[in-house]
Amino acid sequence: MEKTLDTKFTYTEKSDTRSGFGDGLLEAGRKNPNVVGLCADLIGSLKMGAFQKEFPERFFQVGIAEANMMGLAAGMSINGKIPFTGTFANFSTGRVYDQIRQSIAYSEKNVKICASHAGLTLGEDGATHQILEDLGMMKMLPNMTVINPCDYNQTKAATMAIADYHGPVYLRFGRPKWPIFTPTDQKFEIGKAWKMIEGKDVTIFATGHLVWEAVVAEAMLREEGINAEVINIHTIKPLDTEAILESVAKTGCCVTAEEHQYNGGLGDSVAQTLVRNNPAPQEFIGVDDSFGESGKPMELLDKYGLDANNIVKAAKKSISRK
Amino acid sequence: MEKLSTEQLKKTASQVRRDIVRMVHDVQSGHPGASLGCTEFFVALYFNQLKHNSDFSMEGKGEDLFFLSNGHISPVWYSVLARSGYFNVDELKTFRKINSRLQGHPAVEEGLPGIRIASGSLGQGLSVAIGAAQAKKIDGDDGVVYALMGDGEQQEGQIWEAAMYAPHHKVDNLIATIDFNGQQIDGPTDAVMNLNDLKAKWEAFGWEVIDTLKGNDMEAVVSSLEYARTLLGKGKPVLNLLHTDMGYGVDFMVGTHKWHGVAPNDEQLADALGQLEETLGDY
Repeated sequence: MEKTLDTKFTYTEKSDTRSGFGDGLLEAGRKNPNVVGLCADLIGSLKMGAFQKEFPERFFQVGIAEANMMGLAAGMSINGKIPFTGTFANFSTGRVYDQIRQSIAYSEKNVKICASHAGLTLGEDGATHQILEDLGMMKMLPNMTVINPCDYNQTKAATMAIADYHGPVYLRFGRPKWPIFTPTDQKFEIGKAWKMIEGKDVTIFATGHLVWEAVVAEAMLREEGINAEVINIHTIKPLDTEAILESVAKTGCCVTAEEHQYNGGLGDSVAQTLVRNNPAPQEFIGVDDSFGESGKPMELLDKYGLDANNIVKAAKKSISRK
Repeated sequence: MEKLSTEQLKKTASQVRRDIVRMVHDVQSGHPGASLGCTEFFVALYFNQLKHNSDFSMEGKGEDLFFLSNGHISPVWYSVLARSGYFNVDELKTFRKINSRLQGHPAVEEGLPGIRIASGSLGQGLSVAIGAAQAKKIDGDDGVVYALMGDGEQQEGQIWEAAMYAPHHKVDNLIATIDFNGQQIDGPTDAVMNLNDLKAKWEAFGWEVIDTLKGNDMEAVVSSLEYARTLLGKGKPVLNLLHTDMGYGVDFMVGTHKWHGVAPNDEQLADALGQLEETLGDY
């Protein structure tokens, strides 16, 4: 696609965001001896092997027991450790919601809940593992910070940044190899939206894997003479409402794009911000109240309407409603 | 903190029981039954066994730490914390009332000294205690970590995840206690969901298990806690099966699930207080 499209960001290779997590965790562990890792029998899937190898005394294999893992992490944090828990996003949230609510969020514990294989792009495993409700569940918890980075580099930067931040964090990433299009030396500021592309006709607020789709959509729109602004909302909570309102005040309409249900995700947060301050047309790219299914990641993004083509359509519709 | 003698511990226990029934009566809400049943344990722990500092720090470096998993018995914990100097005894009168630090179930949100984690949703406390114990090991901190669970709480699956984990990881700086009173909200545990042979179950999971048959006898509780400490450092976590009577100390509350979560009326309070000597002064 980059051969025919003049995208403002490009990529030379692909890597999975979970590898960004694994490499970021290793760096964080080297920098801070209080960083500890816990994993529920998915060391390879979460890319935690390098951390385990270098810091065996600070790594804990929990077995297939996610509720216990959340409690262990809360307990370790009481003594000043900075625990990073690792399992699939489905088992990091829905399965252990009460444990996270009571022992981590309500108790204000410095635990980093690191969740891989989120969203439809998990692919062939199907709906049992493709959680599309996790951002909503986590953002509803008081005290919880919710982060959904877009590529390998940003996931690595985010992982290192949350080790330096005190408080409970949900960090969401994915399974497939994905374009690496953000710089290696980026600074990750929790809660600070990143305006990646300037535009005046419509704003595309995107998070996670769909930031790349938004970058592609911007190029497609530009070929048709539409100038879209692309803003990377890597932090769902706290939401950078200032950046959102400033952009929509200029463009007059927006699209939100996420690999998540409409309900409870980024779209809801942006809509609430706009309704309270400066109502404007908004279109939603996300899954419309359904579970996923087995398939290849890109086939699923297409079938469920989450790819660049659908962002283009939504952008035009949003502009037409101004 | 100076260790109290057995006589002083008994006096403290009587006062703590007065605090419990008065707190629950005052707000007409709360859980007196298992609070009364666990009074000897809490008093022996805080006034005789625990190496702790009432100048509270969350991290508790170099101290012994205690975690309450069955958070509904907060009245006994709040009374013992106040009477060992974590906060003013007078604050007990705010229990479960609006704007209080003494939430119905323990919380850290309001910054109450002595509390390190919220509890109330059952089954979670042992995991937290194990995590704290492992963190102490990483730091070379020789403090001991204690946890208390209910017996009904053994019906939660997370307990058994934690039970499997601690021996596997040789967490041998941990003393977990089960308040084995045989009662839960809906009735006797045998009738609601039979626990069968708890001792055999915990032993099978790899724990060093001790039985404390007289869980409402101060001498027996102190000596079992002392004995439990001698079992530490040998590669196994320790489980203390503490046989108590729910409602102990107030004759009409003893041995029944009916006072699990019910407050006494004015007449019942007077009756209860008549059975419990005022030893340290009411708040």
